[in-house]
Amino acid sequence: MNTPGSSPLQRLRRELFASPLDGLISLLLIGFLLAVGLAVLRWMLFQAQWAVIQANSTLFAVGRYPVDQQWRLWLLTSLLALASGLSWGLLRRLPHPGPAWPRNDRLAVGLLIALAVVAPLALQLQASVQLRWWLITASLITSRWAAGRWGQAIPPALRRWIPLIWPLLYLAGMVLISGGLGLVSVPPSEWGGLLLTLLTASFAILLCFPLGVLLALGRRSELPLLRGASVLYIEFIRGAPLITLLFLGQNILGFLLPGGLAPDRVWRAAWVLTFFAAAYVAEAVRSGLAALPPGQLEAARSLGLPMPLALIHVVLPQALRVALPATVGQFISLLQDTTLLSLIGLLDLLGTARTVMANPAFLGKNGEVYLVLAVLFWCCCAALGLGSRALEHRLNPLSSPAQA
Amino acid sequence: MKRAFRTAAWALALLATPLVGCAPDGGGIQSLKLAGIKGRGTLICGVDGKLPGFSFVNPDGSYSGLDVDICKAVAAAALGDPTKVDFRDLNSSERFAALASGEIDLLSRNTTLTLSRDASGGNGLSFAPTVFFDGQGVMAPKASGITSLRGLAGKPICVESGTTTELNLADRMREIKAPYTPLKFQTGDQTYAAYLQGRCVAVTSDRSQLAAKRTSFPDPAAHVLLPEVLSKEPLTPATVNGDPGWADAVRWTIFGLMQAEELGITQANIDVKLAEATANANQADLRRFLGVEGEFGKQLGLPADFVVQAVKAVGNYGEIFERNVGQGSKLKLERGLNRQWTQGGLIYAPPFR
Repeated sequence: MNTPGSSPLQRLRRELFASPLDGLISLLLIGFLLAVGLAVLRWMLFQAQWAVIQANSTLFAVGRYPVDQQWRLWLLTSLLALASGLSWGLLRRLPHPGPAWPRNDRLAVGLLIALAVVAPLALQLQASVQLRWWLITASLITSRWAAGRWGQAIPPALRRWIPLIWPLLYLAGMVLISGGLGLVSVPPSEWGGLLLTLLTASFAILLCFPLGVLLALGRRSELPLLRGASVLYIEFIRGAPLITLLFLGQNILGFLLPGGLAPDRVWRAAWVLTFFAAAYVAEAVRSGLAALPPGQLEAARSLGLPMPLALIHVVLPQALRVALPATVGQFISLLQDTTLLSLIGLLDLLGTARTVMANPAFLGKNGEVYLVLAVLFWCCCAALGLGSRALEHRLNPLSSPAQA
Repeated sequence: MKRAFRTAAWALALLATPLVGCAPDGGGIQSLKLAGIKGRGTLICGVDGKLPGFSFVNPDGSYSGLDVDICKAVAAAALGDPTKVDFRDLNSSERFAALASGEIDLLSRNTTLTLSRDASGGNGLSFAPTVFFDGQGVMAPKASGITSLRGLAGKPICVESGTTTELNLADRMREIKAPYTPLKFQTGDQTYAAYLQGRCVAVTSDRSQLAAKRTSFPDPAAHVLLPEVLSKEPLTPATVNGDPGWADAVRWTIFGLMQAEELGITQANIDVKLAEATANANQADLRRFLGVEGEFGKQLGLPADFVVQAVKAVGNYGEIFERNVGQGSKLKLERGLNRQWTQGGLIYAPPFR
């Protein structure tokens, strides 16, 4: 900032108290915000009874997942932390190394440490559980540090394969969660809380993206049948509210498929979410395709690239970059749409909250429960948003990675 | 597109109907459903999951409540193990479809028994005995001194707008010629908040709901439920219509819980009673009821000691009531209509003969 007088005090004065009217408005607003903030703080510290969260913390986290199998989820969380740290470090330092710890990273690490220290203490979790959270946070930050420090030492041939740990981890996570390969099977009806919310959301996000890209290409295809089918699908899905489609999935499939053949209720809901989101992602991707000058495809074709290769190497990389913000917005709203699962009787985060509030021991503790829910959702959505911003900067050749 | 889909669904449903109709339903022993449950080893029970006192999830992940205990009793009777229940949370719109499609074996989800739900031309359910006689009630502050509906004449009453509750109240107040001012609100939370602020002298809803809400008030003891009941809400477990054998098994398990209370058999003394009955050949009624002799269990396709198993698992009907919604719970509901018939209530088990 090169404007004159950029010390914090001068800046405050310039931005909030430039004229008497400005000053008045600022004072009023600050007073209002202070009053609200104080009231909320007073409620949180003195009136709210957090026993409902303390007693039900496991339920909020994993629902009715069997206690003796929960080590699998701890293992999965640790693996996720390690992989996130690794990817984070590599994304920051490669291909052009910037500063080891940019400002945003320092901020994020500070937040993570504060959360890991404060949250378990505030919830008065068992000592062993607290310790596990601290270890997981420590391993996340350590692997971030290690990847940033030694990332460049990894031979490039090996480095190309590193992103593959994510699909592998996803598959391993599915096995860890649901069982199989020698592990006791845990049916989806026993998954719940944050676990179910994140699982259905990530499942839908991962699958709706390729599906959406295919639909978008189909909608712009020159084959009338393909185009017609894509348009019909997209318009049908976009014309129906998600909750109706969820009800349809829950109620009709049971009649259509005999007895045990219908997939579990959780999977039905996850597939409905996927198909729903795919239609919206398709439109986002189509906007990216439309933004691309037709010359790009024509040039690629005239250079002798066959259509699929032209799409994969020339058209889609540019179109997806344009469509990224809208697509991520779709992902975030998809994450929030998972709360609708509670309306079809699944124990996602909101469903768990509602059943906890129905426990006569915790009746009337709505404020506490909903506040925690809001914070949890905010954390998840903020993480998604931050990740996508970093990705945007990385994909955008005009901005240097250090700015992210 | 939508219509084609629906037509296809109906066509398939029609195709499936004769198959269900062909199921051997002569006598309980051959009940397809019961055989399926025994083969699977678990009972799949549809519950609300979010209703104080009736069904909710404990911090340790287990289910509790009156509706839940009925499921456990049936599982204990059919499988000998009350923990062999798979609970499915259902909302009110999908509960009948889940039952009809065979996704659940038993619907124990505060469902009011009505003609259209029972009739084969309607939802076509098969209802078990009513386990909770609920009804619309009115709550007022104790300090107001109001003891009956008549005392509310000329006073404001808080109701949720657009519900049958609102209509029932209007009908009843017109009947007793007591004009009143309805204060209408969009949601339950707003309604109770207005009541607590003193904007109205009474609030109306189902009695079990009023009692549940009352426990979250700052001073629950300062509010009373008026004695009048404005509507009939017999909350009743249900099974699918096509399997009378299974319906009988459920029905008589629940009657068994009620009969056990009438006979003074509790979770605590069932072993003593059983030993007594086994030792004393003269107590023929008790011996048959507890399955020491006779073949009640066999006739239903259940083990001979199905009543013993059910009572051991969850106690008799009175114990279930008191533990979940009565004096042993935070809801502190009076037994009221849910007393045994011998004490002027409606809980009445037909003879085990």
